[in-house]
Amino acid sequence: MKEVKCDCGHVNPIGTILCESCGKVLEEKEKDKKLLDMRYEGSARRSQTYNKTIIDKIWNFFSSVKVGVWLIVITLIASAVGTILPQEMYIPPIMPAEEYYEDQYGWIGKLYYDLGFHNLYSSWWYLILIASIGISLVICSLDRVVPLYRALKKQKVSRHESYLQRQRVFGASQPEDTDKAFTMAKEKLKSKKYSIREENGNILAEKGRFSRWGPYVNHVGLIIFLIGGMLRFVPGMYVDKILWIREGETKVIPETNGEYYLKNDGFILEMYDKEKDKEVFGEAIDKAGMVAKNYQSNVTLYKKQGDTVAGEEADLKKVKDYEIKVNKPLKFENFALYQVDYKLNELNKMSFALTNKKTGEEYGDLTVDLNHPQDEYDLGNGYKAEVVSYFPDFEFDENGEPVTKSRIPNNPAFVFKMFTPDKPDGEISFVAIRQTIEPFGDNEYKMAFKGIDTKNVSALTVRKDLTLWIIALGGVIFMIGVAQGSYWNHRRVWLRRVNGEVWVAGHTNKNWHGLKREIETALDGTGIMMPEDQLQNQSEKKG
Amino acid sequence: MVTISSNLLYTAFILYLIATVFFAGSIKDKNRTKKGPNRWAAIGLWISIIGFAAQLGYFITRWIAAGHAPVSNLFEFTTFFGMSLVGAFIVIYLIYKTPILGVFTLPVAVLMIAYASMFPREVSPLIPALQSDWLHIHVTTAAVGQAILAVSFAAGLIYLVKSVDQTKQSKQRFWLEAVMFGLVCTLGFIIISSSFSASGYKAEFNWIDKNGQEDVLEYHLPALTGPHEGQLITEGKLEPLAEMPAIINAKKLNTVIWSLASGVILYLALRLILRKRIGAALQPLAKNINLDLVDEIAYRSVLIGFPVFTLGALIFAMIWAQIAWTRFWGWDPKEVWALITFLFYAAYLHLRLSKGWHGEKSAWLAVIGFIIIMFNLVAVNLVIAGLHSYAGS
Repeated sequence: MKEVKCDCGHVNPIGTILCESCGKVLEEKEKDKKLLDMRYEGSARRSQTYNKTIIDKIWNFFSSVKVGVWLIVITLIASAVGTILPQEMYIPPIMPAEEYYEDQYGWIGKLYYDLGFHNLYSSWWYLILIASIGISLVICSLDRVVPLYRALKKQKVSRHESYLQRQRVFGASQPEDTDKAFTMAKEKLKSKKYSIREENGNILAEKGRFSRWGPYVNHVGLIIFLIGGMLRFVPGMYVDKILWIREGETKVIPETNGEYYLKNDGFILEMYDKEKDKEVFGEAIDKAGMVAKNYQSNVTLYKKQGDTVAGEEADLKKVKDYEIKVNKPLKFENFALYQVDYKLNELNKMSFALTNKKTGEEYGDLTVDLNHPQDEYDLGNGYKAEVVSYFPDFEFDENGEPVTKSRIPNNPAFVFKMFTPDKPDGEISFVAIRQTIEPFGDNEYKMAFKGIDTKNVSALTVRKDLTLWIIALGGVIFMIGVAQGSYWNHRRVWLRRVNGEVWVAGHTNKNWHGLKREIETALDGTGIMMPEDQLQNQSEKKG
Repeated sequence: MVTISSNLLYTAFILYLIATVFFAGSIKDKNRTKKGPNRWAAIGLWISIIGFAAQLGYFITRWIAAGHAPVSNLFEFTTFFGMSLVGAFIVIYLIYKTPILGVFTLPVAVLMIAYASMFPREVSPLIPALQSDWLHIHVTTAAVGQAILAVSFAAGLIYLVKSVDQTKQSKQRFWLEAVMFGLVCTLGFIIISSSFSASGYKAEFNWIDKNGQEDVLEYHLPALTGPHEGQLITEGKLEPLAEMPAIINAKKLNTVIWSLASGVILYLALRLILRKRIGAALQPLAKNINLDLVDEIAYRSVLIGFPVFTLGALIFAMIWAQIAWTRFWGWDPKEVWALITFLFYAAYLHLRLSKGWHGEKSAWLAVIGFIIIMFNLVAVNLVIAGLHSYAGS
């Protein structure tokens, strides 16, 4: 590889604009500029040097900040489009998405759905955008951080005259006593926490160099964050299940390999009460009507002991009792159980009495557990009822046949066969809520409805997310990087003796106001004149 | 306690107005012998600080009264935003000592607090999802971040007021005036809403919503756009001029029309009085300011505000979302708009650092950034609605 040797003797990598050591301009086209372009210290970046092979071209494409900004802007606009109408996951499950969007929002909704915007954030092109930002982050950072590190490492104290002259903050003056002025300025800069390097009587005062690494640190954080996001798709890393569990019920917790069981000891719904709660809430409660105060499932967590053969009752050992509330999930191992939904007063049991229709005489009660009905209920003395069919969530289909919509007992219906001593062949009766049908003519007996028993049901989200710590790590590194780059500044002040004059130049990566103030206090009383802001002077002349 | 609290808020509101006058006076003051802020500016600063303290008093007393941080609905959040804006202004003023920043920041804060007061102001109890310490951690950090970013809007505006040539017709001149008109419309909305609410205007309608359900809707402004198949049931109130289909929220549209109309009238009145564009009328205020300094103030506020915003509106938000909603990210509109704000300012920083977008371009970006923040505050809560929409009612 060819290298560029500067007059000062330092050998720079090809493509270097400003000598890493003395700062002299090496690139022809930079020579006429009034002020130096100090970005990345004029170091040799791969993307600015090579452009031959396909790899060079890809590298150059992604290392461009212009491309990066475009990616950000396109992602920004795409994200905004996704909020115009609700995403599919937030629409109520009353009808298929295809119909819902048109039904609710007219032709705009249909167009939105047809373009796939109802699932925008998981669309292939959105994911490609995010992935491109990720690639751009890696390449941009590598392209810059390595040469920048070299340049800052190799810089020497006495910079070339042309380098100093063409800094934004520059001035030359002749103090009475140069040595004394230098000592004073040095002390003052030291007290401002600058680290001082000296060489041939010249000074380089520098501080906050580490803030230059801020952008690269935060990019590393972002990359880790994005990797964490990708890992979710690795099997076993992420669990998102919902567990509906009735009061009193014990259920195995999904995705725990049958290791853990949960018992629901009761669901509690509390509303704010004007009488009992803080008086100041009165007005707001009146206005809103009802305001929920607490959703809570009292549960017991069990762990299975030993191995069990299928069908055998598991031997459960209690782990702990817990009150799951919103904002207070139950955590065990890598799992967390969240209170997310509930259903009050779900039908649980129904009681009937086998009754003689004419006399009204009853021959015994039976109670059907709607989630686990028995096949028959023996009432003694030759009376019994057989459950021929059971429809937990009954409706008539288009042929007029009874069917069930779901297994949840929202609207239970039964076909009973009633056996009595005088009707040993039994009588068939179809019993639903407020409805009795006797398909084979008039019966002598009926199943008289006696009462119901209801229970609450809790819905808990079962969550395992092994990517969380990676995401968190990425987030922390990102924040450190952003703070590092935003709240500290990399400042340098050069003091150089040139032919009896003192040349002062200053550079900062940002906050010039602060730099100028610091130089002003450092030079105050030394006899060295405050350097000028050449950029500001330029713009004032223009304006 | 609640009474003390709201009185303190009124006090702060008035003090901010007075402070604005003093900061403006400090620029007009001809007897500027030495460099730096003069007596007027010093008084303005003290009044701002006292106002800020008063509002802090409002915040603390309301917190004590409610038992939770008063950042749980749109009124509370927006007032807090206004307070943070004043706080951010005070800090940045102490660094740069530029009275004109007060002339632009304080009125924005005042508008903000006045706008907040248009929403229900009762102390409301917390629904289960909000019962967490993360409520005040997440919401306050996010608001402070946005407020610091808003200072860059004020600085950007100053830059544009000074740099945009008012004598020639240009896109810049038009859009700057459009921003001014937007601020005037906000003022119009506040004036019109508070005068009708002071007079107790109320008109009820029976109407049919888009699912065919009959419902009652209460207007607090005379209805120009009536609801779908709406029937006025309050006697002696204005019959709607036009009926809207069920898919359009007629009441919100009505409010928008009223705000625009009052904005136009107010704007025309101002033009008549000033005999020039608002931008041109403000220009003398910016006469003595150095453009580079304003540019740097804008940039600096973004640099300070961006990490705070990211921490509050994304990182803390994600932590809380993981606890309350079972997942740290769910593409809820508010989340998406926080991401959009983040991406926008990330683009701002990249353009500035690498593409050299300083000065006027950067100032325009600061203005757009603030519009995005306001969109997230207003439109996302009131129009788009999502998991965060409790904040809107």
